[in-house]
Amino acid sequence: MAAGKIDPMHQFLVQPISNRLAVGGYDLTFTNSALFMFVVLGLLWLFMLGGMRRQLVPGRWQVAVEGMVGFVDNMMRTSVGPEGRRFVPYMFSLFMFLLIANLVGVFPLAIIPGFHTFAVTSHITVTAVLAFFSFGIVLAVGFWRHGLHFFSLFVPHGAPWWLMPLIVPVEFISFMVRPFSLGLRLFVAMTAGHILLEVFGSFVVSGLNSGGAIGPVVSFLSFVMIVGVSALELLVCAIQAYVFALLTSLYINDAVNLH
Amino acid sequence: MDPVSAKYIGAGIAAIGIGLAALGVGNVFGSFLEGALRNPGAADGQQGRLFIGFAGAELLGLIAFVVAILLLFVV
Repeated sequence: MAAGKIDPMHQFLVQPISNRLAVGGYDLTFTNSALFMFVVLGLLWLFMLGGMRRQLVPGRWQVAVEGMVGFVDNMMRTSVGPEGRRFVPYMFSLFMFLLIANLVGVFPLAIIPGFHTFAVTSHITVTAVLAFFSFGIVLAVGFWRHGLHFFSLFVPHGAPWWLMPLIVPVEFISFMVRPFSLGLRLFVAMTAGHILLEVFGSFVVSGLNSGGAIGPVVSFLSFVMIVGVSALELLVCAIQAYVFALLTSLYINDAVNLH
Repeated sequence: MDPVSAKYIGAGIAAIGIGLAALGVGNVFGSFLEGALRNPGAADGQQGRLFIGFAGAELLGLIAFVVAILLLFVV
């Protein structure tokens, strides 16, 4: 690995870790991606288990869990209104899954040789499925509550009638592109951060191996850069999970209240 | 021109868009701070809109990044 070029895309490779399993033409092999989704599920389950004790005077752990629930609850109340409380369970699961998956992705397990964490959210298959869940909820809630009146979402109030042939297609396109932009944003932000870390890490290794006088200087500067980028990555992990949840709540607001 | 070098030049040109998105993100947060310092009482209520603007500005830069990655690894 140290000799030659370090491939920054190798970390995103989905590898099977069990025997090949094919059911009815579909490949259901257990991969490292699936393993880390179970890890995220386990961590989330443990986090909630510690906070569900319902003590009158909450301990630290219970305060942490109540703080997260209150944060999501507050977000739904401000962006959707009192109706939004019905979507808090979905939004909380979504937000916590993304947050823990992002944080597990940057967890530096690779200092143990042979192990490295797999960033579940750095694959568009995962983020797009979550985005389509959100989009499906928007469609289902919109048509269930408003029927065909839901299409008035594409007709903004107060616009002159002769602009309608222009505005309605534009609104329709911007509505249909939402799940793609939602999934793409999270996936690209995580992928870009991981590639950046990997590239600077390879600079450290190849600088030390180069044997020249300038090599250790480059290594040291790259190492300082890794520390800074890691701090930035932690921020990006939280912000991207928050943005995904916030945009989903805005789209649900469209479906519930029809602007 | 050699197609491989054209690919790398195209990826480099696509990276310019990421710098422009950095200008946009800086503008979003800078304008928010400017307004928040004038009226700190109203700042907390606008954080949701701040992140919506951030998400919109960032997405366009990330699309430039996707173009660069597609040129480097897929084409």
